[in-house]
Amino acid sequence: MSELSQLSAAMANPSATIPQVALSGVSRYFGRFAALRSITASFPAARIYAVVGENGAGKSTLLRILAGLVPASRGTVAWFGADNLSLVRERISYMAHASLLYDELDAMENLRYFAGLYGIREDRVCEDAMRLVGLDAALKRQVGQYSQGMRQRLSLARAILHQPELLLLDEPFSNVDASSAHAMVRLLGQMRDQGRTVLVVTHQPALLAGMADEFVRMAEGRIVARTAGLSEPLPAFPAAHEVMR
Amino acid sequence: MSAAAQMALAANSRRSRMLEVLRATLLKDLRLEWRSKDAINSMLFFALLVVVVFSFSFDPTAEESRRIAGGLIWVSFLFAAVVALNQTWARELRNQVLDAYRISPAPANALFLAKAIGNFLFVGVLEAIMAPLFMVFYNLRPIGPAWELAVVAALATWALVVNGTFFAAISIRTRSREVMLPLILFPISIPALYAMVSATTAILAGDASPDYWLKLLGVYDVVFTTACLLLFETVLHAE
Repeated sequence: MSELSQLSAAMANPSATIPQVALSGVSRYFGRFAALRSITASFPAARIYAVVGENGAGKSTLLRILAGLVPASRGTVAWFGADNLSLVRERISYMAHASLLYDELDAMENLRYFAGLYGIREDRVCEDAMRLVGLDAALKRQVGQYSQGMRQRLSLARAILHQPELLLLDEPFSNVDASSAHAMVRLLGQMRDQGRTVLVVTHQPALLAGMADEFVRMAEGRIVARTAGLSEPLPAFPAAHEVMR
Repeated sequence: MSAAAQMALAANSRRSRMLEVLRATLLKDLRLEWRSKDAINSMLFFALLVVVVFSFSFDPTAEESRRIAGGLIWVSFLFAAVVALNQTWARELRNQVLDAYRISPAPANALFLAKAIGNFLFVGVLEAIMAPLFMVFYNLRPIGPAWELAVVAALATWALVVNGTFFAAISIRTRSREVMLPLILFPISIPALYAMVSATTAILAGDASPDYWLKLLGVYDVVFTTACLLLFETVLHAE
């Protein structure tokens, strides 16, 4: 992202000068297993962060903590400079592995309900969100009959409905065809240019290679590297004897 | 604008927001149930089974029926209600939809009240269908004022669903939630159960006034509704 566009993003969004989210010594234990180990990091505004790493590295746990779905066992999280999440919930959105949608409702019924949770009443907002992710608002099929890719796109539409400043996306490109995935990446780029901050957990970092401002590499519950580009290839599957060990 | 006026305005806006979310959640749940019929079908089947099995098991006189019917009716409704109560949150766990609510700024109590009112309506429909069948199968004719049965039904159903909705929310993250719910719910419902059975029997037999039991049910409803509303936000966001 150029300095000029960073500057215009900062002007469009005054909160861009303080980190959208900052973690200080955050650890999370599930029983005796440490999913996150003392993470201290901050994520300034108007940038796209691609969070990469192997399965079990702690990426999804990190996102769930940032979304306020899981409390940190140790350490503190500050959102927009405040540590009280309930004051800033409407500025955050989260897209999970699961669709977070009702299978028995159609797309508009789903979006209308979730928009209502944010005090949005206009159908136009839901229609616009669907259009942005390339879905037809007139589609009356129940979501349970959607393909996995369509569900992912609708799930993204749900996440962007209320124009959040901080988007937390967990594997948004999984099961999405290549052209739709690229369209989603372009959409994330547009949101970044509007001053929004996007954290994307992905196993397909190449998709974000030209778009992400920073790659955050995680391993064994820690952030081990933050790089401007996808400088080194992700490791291949570990050898069988390493897995056994 | 004075600080007091601003506070009143903020409180008003919070209240209207809560009512809005409550209404949307209730309508959504009714729509989901209308399309899937998960809860109502299983509740009806279960309650029908109880009526038929008990009517085959013994052949009471009209007098005996009046004495035991209160217990029979409420035991069947209680067990049938547990089916609906488990369904309430199970559909929020599919696709982790509950997480979408948890991250939103929507008030937790709006979700709780919508769920409780939804369950009240489902169990109410069940009672409306099953009550005439009970009358026929057990040869029942109330000697006391029949309209009071409607009051008992309303108060008793709310007592069941308000606690049931709350404890179902607590048990959703446990491994065997279908077993866990009755284990937590039934002991705490004993005072309400005793009151609803006694009030129903008093009206059917006409030998005592149900007023005391109605008051007890009323107090139980107020106390537990308040406690559930105070605690639900903690339950919703617990991990």
